Amino acid sequence: MNHRKTLTGTLLAAALLASGCTGGGGSAKGADAEAADDPAQVSGSITVLTHRTDLVQDGTMKKYAEDFNKTYPKVKVTFDGITDYEAEVKIRMNTDNYGDVLMIPSVIQKNDYPKFFASLGTQKELSEKYRFTGFTAVDGKVYGQSPMGATPGFLYNKRIWTEAGVTEWPTTPAEFLTALKAVKAKTDAVPYYTNFAAQWPLTQWTYVNGSVSCDTEATTRLAEGNPWGEDGELRVADRLLYDIVDQGLIEKDPATTNWENSKPQLAKGEIATAWLGSWAVIQFRQAAEKAGADPDDIGFMPFPARVDGKACATANPDYNQAVSIHSGHKEAARAWVDWFTEKSGYAADNLSISTLKDAPLPEVLKPYEEQGVELIELDDTAGGKVKAIDSASEVGINGPAYRQELVDIARDAKDGDIDDFLDDLGKRWTEAAKTVGS
Amino acid sequence: MPQARTTHPSHATERAARPQAAAPRPPTPRRAPRGARLRRGLTPWLFLAVPLALLITFTYAPVANMLAYSFTDWDGVSPELHYTGTDNYVEIFTRPELFRVFLVSGYYLAASAVQIALALYFATILSFDVRFRNLFKGVLFFPYLINGVAIGFVFLYFFQDGGTLDSVLALFGHEPDRAWLGTETSANVSLAGVSVWRYLGLNFVLFLGAIQSIPGELYEAAELDGASRWHRFRYIIAPGIRPVLSLSVILSISGSLSVFEIPYIMTGGATGTETFVIQTVKLAFQFNKTGLASAAAVVLLLIILAVTWLQRRLVPDDRVDLV
Repeated sequence: MNHRKTLTGTLLAAALLASGCTGGGGSAKGADAEAADDPAQVSGSITVLTHRTDLVQDGTMKKYAEDFNKTYPKVKVTFDGITDYEAEVKIRMNTDNYGDVLMIPSVIQKNDYPKFFASLGTQKELSEKYRFTGFTAVDGKVYGQSPMGATPGFLYNKRIWTEAGVTEWPTTPAEFLTALKAVKAKTDAVPYYTNFAAQWPLTQWTYVNGSVSCDTEATTRLAEGNPWGEDGELRVADRLLYDIVDQGLIEKDPATTNWENSKPQLAKGEIATAWLGSWAVIQFRQAAEKAGADPDDIGFMPFPARVDGKACATANPDYNQAVSIHSGHKEAARAWVDWFTEKSGYAADNLSISTLKDAPLPEVLKPYEEQGVELIELDDTAGGKVKAIDSASEVGINGPAYRQELVDIARDAKDGDIDDFLDDLGKRWTEAAKTVGS
Repeated sequence: MPQARTTHPSHATERAARPQAAAPRPPTPRRAPRGARLRRGLTPWLFLAVPLALLITFTYAPVANMLAYSFTDWDGVSPELHYTGTDNYVEIFTRPELFRVFLVSGYYLAASAVQIALALYFATILSFDVRFRNLFKGVLFFPYLINGVAIGFVFLYFFQDGGTLDSVLALFGHEPDRAWLGTETSANVSLAGVSVWRYLGLNFVLFLGAIQSIPGELYEAAELDGASRWHRFRYIIAPGIRPVLSLSVILSISGSLSVFEIPYIMTGGATGTETFVIQTVKLAFQFNKTGLASAAAVVLLLIILAVTWLQRRLVPDDRVDLV
């Protein structure tokens, strides 16, 4: 009996100790990571956490670091490539030790940025030169910088679409469906590939936001209105996805799709279309080369919606790089962030939109320029609130669950009615919005 | 079935720790001097120190921590957390849809029954003289040694349209045109099948060990008395392995309630295959409701404890004495 008491005591003590440990991180508030005046004077060794394990392994990152050392000879850069980036970094951020430079995990609430990251300067100043500053700005100060941007769109096989007799980009969801039907009727290709099993490709549909209305305030409307209301952007997107599945324009067995295999399949013309993002183009072209197909067959088109005859595509930042507030070498870390964004050529290597406002568009988006697609950047002031509503409502616009359910309803694997389903999402969303502060 | 391989890794650790705890004390013939007595008193604790430290650090401290989180609104990363009392528990019990996922456990429970029956069958057969019996033992136990994540990926290919299963069936002239993971029933049955394949080996080995611990003379005597194979199974083997059998049932039920890795890797909970643990993981890592998810985990732990207790009450663990 006595022994048991001691054990309980130890457990209690352990519990108290353990719970006392949380809530430690990020005490130093409002630190700045300032840019150095003289590159030769910046010194220190920094660790960069990155999700690009592929680039760490094949030595590309090391090459970037060598280039960086030409300008900043006294800084030593080490990379820490993390496969399960989101989950692992989230846990590491409970301590003070999460590298000097890291990509901001999406789980961090925007309002918490000042607790974890050093500020890179005011938005007013930085936005003159860079895109996407609004996505990490809190109270006028910027906490992260994306080295590149991308725009969502349909990757498609030009050869197949031409064989199906569709040469013009569809301008409405209805036209898009007609085009896919033509692909089904006239070719052997799968008209649209959901990548249902890989899950995250379905979350890409959320990036339709802004493309339908061509409104830079689309994110604010997401936070304040009903995204699945009559004119909600996500209703338009989800409705199109539903119709594609409902009319049998997808692969036979979505439950066992394979992301890696879908790349060569689209390149070879076994798949005609997939909704992804401009960042994916380079991967599909590489897959085409490997599979012996023509990389130039991979085309890219905007969402089928037009405002006054004009298509809009949103430019979104990739992961934002930030400087840890606990970094001992903030100057060196800042130097890396700036250099990587401006001089590394990372954006160009990935055929992406450069963060620098005056840089030219990547060659993938040349057809966009020719056809007058307007590239808009959404105002992300309400981005934090959208995330909070999303979590509170458990809808998960950035998770796969609800769209998997939608696809299941569409292919009759689950009972339900699409209108009820979308209305219910809207109801949960707007109710959660009431409980969430700004 | 999934043998409790989820929220509480405590079983394994406990089992590892116990044998040392139960080590017999050295005999004490006469009163030793004070110093020696003290040392003798300390010795078992010295041996226990390492396992106990591991047990507390990796089992009880995290559980205590989880209990603490379950009373907060922590999001898993923010430096701030607020004590919210029993709000999380109230929320869980006022949202019936959170418990609907337990229906999925029914598939795995049914599969458990199949699994135990199969394991018992194979264990009985292979405990007699059979040609290549060690090979068969290896074949049956092998799946249990493979990492669960690998199994998930292997079976994704297996169930793919035109994948292994379809081609094997085609060899027999049967060409099914169906998506194995396509509908709720077929997806759950397929996943439960994978689960049976994986955990059959463990049950099998447990049963085999128990059967082989039955003295051989009993079989000989039974054979002389003219008992058939079925009689030998019914009157010698079945009662002889009762404790192991009831342990297997307990593990199967708690495992069925906390299924996780196979459906999580293979379908991510899509198409009606979501289980309680998957739902909890989603709450914690997708919606950043670590507090609520901790409460859900505590509730699952309590449910499993309750079910186990009930089972022990209904089927008391009698001592078996065959001789």
